[in-house]
Amino acid sequence: MPKPTHVSPKHGDVLVLVGTMKGAFIFRSSASRKRWEIGGPYFPGSAVYALAYDDRAGRHRLWAGAQSMHWGALLRSSDTFGKKWTNPEEANVKFPEGTGAALQNIWQIEPGREDEPDTLYCGVEPAALFVSRDAGEKWSLAEGLWNHPQRPKWMPGGGGLCLHTILLDPTDAQRIRIAVSTGGMYATSDGGATWRPSNQGVRAQFLPDKYPEFGQCVHKVVQSQQKPDRMYLQNHWGLYRSDDRGESWKDVANGVPSDFGFAMAVHPRDADRAWIVPLESDEFRCAPEGKLRVYRTSNGGKKWEALTKGLPQKGAFETVLRDALAVDEVDPAGVYFGTRSGKVFGSANEGKSWSTLADGLPPVVAVKTARVSLKKPRKGK
Amino acid sequence: MMLLFVMPGPLRELAGNQGEVRIDGPASSVSDALSLLWTRCPAVRDRVITERGEVRPHVNIFVDGESIRDTGGLGTRVRDGAEIFILPALSGG
Repeated sequence: MPKPTHVSPKHGDVLVLVGTMKGAFIFRSSASRKRWEIGGPYFPGSAVYALAYDDRAGRHRLWAGAQSMHWGALLRSSDTFGKKWTNPEEANVKFPEGTGAALQNIWQIEPGREDEPDTLYCGVEPAALFVSRDAGEKWSLAEGLWNHPQRPKWMPGGGGLCLHTILLDPTDAQRIRIAVSTGGMYATSDGGATWRPSNQGVRAQFLPDKYPEFGQCVHKVVQSQQKPDRMYLQNHWGLYRSDDRGESWKDVANGVPSDFGFAMAVHPRDADRAWIVPLESDEFRCAPEGKLRVYRTSNGGKKWEALTKGLPQKGAFETVLRDALAVDEVDPAGVYFGTRSGKVFGSANEGKSWSTLADGLPPVVAVKTARVSLKKPRKGK
Repeated sequence: MMLLFVMPGPLRELAGNQGEVRIDGPASSVSDALSLLWTRCPAVRDRVITERGEVRPHVNIFVDGESIRDTGGLGTRVRDGAEIFILPALSGG
């Protein structure tokens, strides 16, 4: 097995966490984001679809969902930026006896809100939500969603039947929205006790009823932290915006080469600004015309502009998957994405120009960012 | 009865860094034998068996050279002195 290299982040550094089909990597740079060093591979041979950084309560903890084809999937964490990882004796995310289900993969890890520093969520395959209230030691199935009467009718998409998106409303601790491929979006307004389908206006191209109550193949949903009513949705055919926290959706595929795609990100401070990477079609899930283009809107989807400077524009039949695009919190925001061909691109100026951060990694399935804080929290905080 | 478990490389660290684990205990089936192994090496269990109590799809267990997929699964009988190999299946990409 390859011996991983390590990074040693300092306060204020930017991390780009990259999950691939054969392990995870940690990219580190100062806030200038001009030079990157790469740590890894971590969990060589395991697919890492989910990564997260938890800096609440003075932590600097990395989380990874590592799926061995042979030995199953586990949540593992590191308080040393990857130098050491936990390897729990007992699988920490497990379906309870009686559900008849077995964990296939971990698709999303979401640290809870600032005022619930020991709460974490994770979304898994088969589609289900798990919650931890003790900083990730013990996990339990969110029974309210699992027991939803529509759940048995959800169908697996191309990546399996996965719960891949968890949006914790930044201003209402009782509201959570999740997305399942292929089940659509579900929302709770009571902290997860009850859930309702919430897909008004979202098309299901592959069903006889194009606007069903549930069953859409939602690929990714993002929510503005600055203006939580604003969300964007990249659907299996369809590009949408919501201005009412996801209760209804309006088509905003204005000037894009295709409204098919997977990845999506929203600006950390500007709700009108978002990024996507369109793909040609569900038949040919590659960059249209062999031109790798990120599209950005700066006006809530009224118009999208192609961002190409530094990206290959000839013979680049690349694929960017649903969790392989992310933005950082620096001003101007950095934008990063990875491809199934193992390339990672980054921009330190919101997509105006791009550079290749890595080429030759295993297929990239997840890209997440973090800003490192190594200051101890003040007392009372 | 004496049983010999031969551990695959990736699980040896979870079995006390042992390539072979010998256990003396009562077992009439592979399921019984594995229960003895879980008692000695608890961290191995969830890597080999799913929550549904099934052997993971890409893991093979051989008893005296025969895959239990051909001999009755976890109900396969084991004899005193049985050699039980746990191996990753030939799969991947």
